[in-house]
Amino acid sequence: MPFIPHTDDDVAAMLQAIGAPSIESLFDEIPAALRSGERAEIPPALSEQEITRLMRLRAQTDEQPACFIGAGAYDHYIPAAVWQIATRGEYYSAYTPYQAEASQGTLQVLYEFQSMMTALTALDASNTSLYDGATALAEALLMAVRANRRCKSRRVLIPRALHPLYRSTVRTIVEPQGLELVEVDFDAASGQTPVERCTALAGDQGVAAVVINQPNFFGVLETVDALTDWAHEQGALAVAVVNPLALALLTPPGEWGAAGADIACGEAQPFGMPLSSGGPYAGFLCCKQALVRQLPGRIVGRTLDADGKPGFTLTLQAREQHIRRSKATSNICTNQGLMVTAATIHLALLGAEGLEQVARACHANTLGLVERLCALPGVEPAFTGAIFHEQALRLPRAPREVLGRLAAEADVLGGFALGADYPELDDALLVCATEQRSEEEMRRYASALAEILEAG
Amino acid sequence: MLIHDQSRPGRRANVLAPSHTPEPSDIPQALRRRARPRLPEVSELQVVRHYTRLSQQNFSIDTHFYPLGSCTMKYNPRVCNSLAALPGFAERHPLAPVEHGQGVLACLHDLQEILKAVTGMSAVSLAPAAGAQGELTGVAMIRAYHLARGDHARTEMLIPDAAHGTNPASAVMCGYQAREIPTGPDGDVDVEALRAAVGPQTAGIMLTNPSTVGVFDRNIEEIARIVHDAGGLLYYDGANLNAILGKVRPGDMGFDVIHMNLHKTFSTPHGGGGPGAGPVGVSARVAPYLPVPLVEREGDDYRWLTEADRPETIGRMTAFGGNMGILLRAYVYARMLGREGMARVADFATLNANYLMARLQQAGFELAYPERRASHEFIVTLKREAKEYGVTAMDFAKRLLDYGFHAPTTYFPLLVPECLLIEPTETETQESLDGFVEAMIAIRREAQEDPEKLKGAPYTMPRRRLDDVRAARQLDLAWTPQQADGGGDGQ
Repeated sequence: MPFIPHTDDDVAAMLQAIGAPSIESLFDEIPAALRSGERAEIPPALSEQEITRLMRLRAQTDEQPACFIGAGAYDHYIPAAVWQIATRGEYYSAYTPYQAEASQGTLQVLYEFQSMMTALTALDASNTSLYDGATALAEALLMAVRANRRCKSRRVLIPRALHPLYRSTVRTIVEPQGLELVEVDFDAASGQTPVERCTALAGDQGVAAVVINQPNFFGVLETVDALTDWAHEQGALAVAVVNPLALALLTPPGEWGAAGADIACGEAQPFGMPLSSGGPYAGFLCCKQALVRQLPGRIVGRTLDADGKPGFTLTLQAREQHIRRSKATSNICTNQGLMVTAATIHLALLGAEGLEQVARACHANTLGLVERLCALPGVEPAFTGAIFHEQALRLPRAPREVLGRLAAEADVLGGFALGADYPELDDALLVCATEQRSEEEMRRYASALAEILEAG
Repeated sequence: MLIHDQSRPGRRANVLAPSHTPEPSDIPQALRRRARPRLPEVSELQVVRHYTRLSQQNFSIDTHFYPLGSCTMKYNPRVCNSLAALPGFAERHPLAPVEHGQGVLACLHDLQEILKAVTGMSAVSLAPAAGAQGELTGVAMIRAYHLARGDHARTEMLIPDAAHGTNPASAVMCGYQAREIPTGPDGDVDVEALRAAVGPQTAGIMLTNPSTVGVFDRNIEEIARIVHDAGGLLYYDGANLNAILGKVRPGDMGFDVIHMNLHKTFSTPHGGGGPGAGPVGVSARVAPYLPVPLVEREGDDYRWLTEADRPETIGRMTAFGGNMGILLRAYVYARMLGREGMARVADFATLNANYLMARLQQAGFELAYPERRASHEFIVTLKREAKEYGVTAMDFAKRLLDYGFHAPTTYFPLLVPECLLIEPTETETQESLDGFVEAMIAIRREAQEDPEKLKGAPYTMPRRRLDDVRAARQLDLAWTPQQADGGGDGQ
């Protein structure tokens, strides 16, 4: 019996201790009509060897061509030490550190993660993660609206140049609570979100929060100082959505504008998490000190033990569902602990210099790819704004068709077609070349695209 | 010592050194970071040793019996991890075309079907990222169902007082008021109180069955009738599904919406607090509102169903559709259990719980519900020990750590004083259960003879009892460079 240690003798002795005739009799409080045990549609058991064979076959069919898709999930190198340590049973099979004295390992890792994220964002406090970047933004907005007592409105400005899947996730989560999401369009030439467009949408009641995305979905760098200052002038909180890797190069949210963004969130996947078809990743959420009691999710604090030695424990639990129930800041219970463990080890291995090198390499690789592709007739950048490591390109042929042929003929996943989410960018492709993409792969991409475009 | 405290300027791990890293001169200076973030500067060995040593300061399933009630801390098979980490799965981009994802989609589709079959629901979505998000999803679907019928009067979600805190919190996040229903003295929901509470304002009821007090609610069919007759829907919190897996199906009990905690019942890792996975199952009338994406099979091909295919969906729960790597682990586990193994989970989880309950009762510990069978968990109340020896359930919990056992859940559910909620799971041997009983007896003897000893516990952990009040009053949530420069403890 897989994973069940009982021998027949064990079962007999245990039933005797209980005073029950059979295991089945232990279920005698359940109405008989409900004990159907209908399981015919479940396949019969496989041995470890058999399931291994099946999964290897299936994994082989999924092996990836060279991937030039970014769009919110990025192929970065993960040092071997990261997952060898993160999957140690002591991390892998522990739970939420309710018993702090028996969970100092996990607690200290989480505290170090909080410390790394506050350093990267230049904000005061961080939680220990949310499910992913999109849910972190949803929680950030709920938090901002709760915290912004100066503003009666529940209106939030959200850039149209924010990831379409983030906008859709945020909508699912926050609309039942009566938040009004208003989209701010981007400038067709620069790809940036202009302050002037925000002004027109402020409304009579004002705005509770303004979302500022750096870089935005098109890879374009926004004028974050102006947007942050404008938000604050309106009495709104400035909520930053950032790629944390980009923060190795870019001004951290805590230093945007005159006063800094109030909240920063985003996707920590670039820090040691495999792409894995979309998850598990980890959302991060940081804020200024004044907002810390509105921050949802687990938070670890450093304190002292009975002997006066420093140690770590979950803190500010009065915010949380297991204490406050219907008055909690969020229903969130667990976080993405194991992914955060990996991220912490990853960041410790890279350090600030390593992180900056990876960010520079991604930036340089994407510029190099864009240069190669734009040398082809009819291919040009869709926007003029400076970028981090993604660029929208206009093609002289339908992007979907081009992508299909690139995959089939050159073993290249050529990018993300923008038309489905942005009709005016029907001819555009979003490309990304992380530090993982080799010269050879970029050359292969360019020459395959040249052939496809020439063949007409 | 923090990894930050081991930092020396200029020390590097050198694991990552892309060769081509030119100055990004095209990025406007105004947008450039002025000073590098203060991350640790350490060698690879320092990192490996630091995090290996930290791991040794944890209790975990792999190292200790971990009878944390309501959390189902059973063995997490290693093969589930190694197969989910195969390069074909781990390296696949979420937006890669489905032609480059038929392997993972086949697994997800099969998992949907297995979960449907074992719960008796008509459709399943794997999208929610954790149990709490599964609840939010489930309540959002209930809301969508009522609104689609033009029924705007339903403003209340009924929730037993013993429920997990996530239930009322999730209901509120969907715009409902949470209304508590009391638990009767026998541990079942107070049916008369329920009858009095339902009405045209009732959106539904959120139930855990077996409940958080560790008993199967014998009146479930009656409860279903009362709520359905009032026009409400039944929500099943799958936190305790391990107790009935393969034996009783929530769909047969009358539930319209359920969530499952794969990190409990399907043995995916708890990971120090996530990632989880909280798939939802629904009856036919709620199916149109399931979150996207879903996986559909067309002949031999698999594809995602998205907003375009499912116009009434409540939407997306995460950007990329769920915790795929966790779902793969659950799939491997489910296939290894197979048809026969599912019911064995419930059988042996229940056998272990009832055995441990009987042994503790024979040893003189008081049960919260002594006339009832245990499900996969049960409650011991230490109110007598508290009264006679002046020790608390928390003191017992801390002292258990010294005896090498992770503590059971303490002070939950809130309605039983000085309680320990104990869930041994099916993967523990009789010997480890016996060892736990002996430790409980020894601790009670200590409480009798030297109660101060318990109040000072633990003694053998990396830290003595931690000052939670200080943690909340003198907030220290992050290392700062000032700490390094000043050498203080950050206060």
